[in-house]
Amino acid sequence: MLDNAIYLVVSIAILVTMGLAMARAILGPTVYDRVLAANVFGTKTVLLLSVIAFLYGRPDFLDLALTYALINFVGILAVLQFFQSRSRTEAKEAKD
Amino acid sequence: MPTNSNNKLYRVLLLGAVLAAAWLFWSGLYKPHLLALGALSLGLSLWLAHRIGTFREASPFSTMLKLPRFWAWLLVEIVKSSIDVARVILDPKLPISPTVVEFDTVCKGPISQVILGNAITLSPGTVTLDVYADRLKVHCLTAQGAEAIRSGEADRRAAQITEF
Amino acid sequence: MELTLDILSFVLMTTGGAFVLIGGIGALRLPNVYTRLHAASLTDTMASILIIAGIMLQAGFSLAAIKLLAILIFLLLTGPTASYAIANAALLSGLDPQCDGSTVGAADGDDESGEELRS
Repeated sequence: MLDNAIYLVVSIAILVTMGLAMARAILGPTVYDRVLAANVFGTKTVLLLSVIAFLYGRPDFLDLALTYALINFVGILAVLQFFQSRSRTEAKEAKD
Repeated sequence: MPTNSNNKLYRVLLLGAVLAAAWLFWSGLYKPHLLALGALSLGLSLWLAHRIGTFREASPFSTMLKLPRFWAWLLVEIVKSSIDVARVILDPKLPISPTVVEFDTVCKGPISQVILGNAITLSPGTVTLDVYADRLKVHCLTAQGAEAIRSGEADRRAAQITEF
Repeated sequence: MELTLDILSFVLMTTGGAFVLIGGIGALRLPNVYTRLHAASLTDTMASILIIAGIMLQAGFSLAAIKLLAILIFLLLTGPTASYAIANAALLSGLDPQCDGSTVGAADGDDESGEELRS
């Protein structure tokens, strides 16, 4: 009984932080703020999935959490690679 | 174990055994076509690891014995700096004093530099900005955190891990 | 014994939840990317360790606990790498890490001094 209440409180705290991260992603101002917010959102999703697995007693959610962690990491690196190569080509064009 | 740890075949087999154990553990089903899929992805993973040069470096497995002590020290540092950062964030005046520290690391070789950079980033309040030619650039939230980086304790401890 | 473990795991989880909230507040309050990274790493490391350790105590020694440990180790290995990638990309794009709270939002990602910073 009490443990369910604790899981609920923790998952609400995580959800609020995901909302705050979403606000940061919308406010920006730089693209790196938005990527940072997306990264926080992703890692908090992993935590939320782990808590929900125990809140509803469904351990298969843990596999989803691990998979989401993998995808989130690769996604963040891919987005950064994209912006980095774009800012490099722009700097090169500015030099020419 | 240390005598043949530089043997490449030994490293390939060790990684393969770890990957196979992980597959069997996570799958939990032992039907022929699932096992065949596992063998296929095991081969693919080993080939990709070979392509990105995992087996070219000296074996990191010998350094793993020294990692638990480093982790224990790191955990204490994480707890201490987390409380500091939380206090700074919750303070209504927001008393931050962002500082960038640049220093030459005593860590030689990519593995110890990766361990050092990640350990610095892992503890809240300090983030590694750049690692280039044995030189680290670290961003600190407060001047107090910058002092801790300048004392170089993390540097010394990370260098110890890969010493023989 | 059962009760002490329960209480310990509740304490761990609630402090973890508190750290998650503090990190979220910090991500909104702090003035620029580099300082916000510190708030993000607060939620990434401290909160993850506390919450997952708390759940592991509830799970006991089981398959779920090993999976939780795998998730925690993965988060702790990749978190700093992602932070470093963001910080390094921001640095290379020419955002000045020295600026303090007085220049909120002044640098909006233009790439003028990008390559010089590296050398």
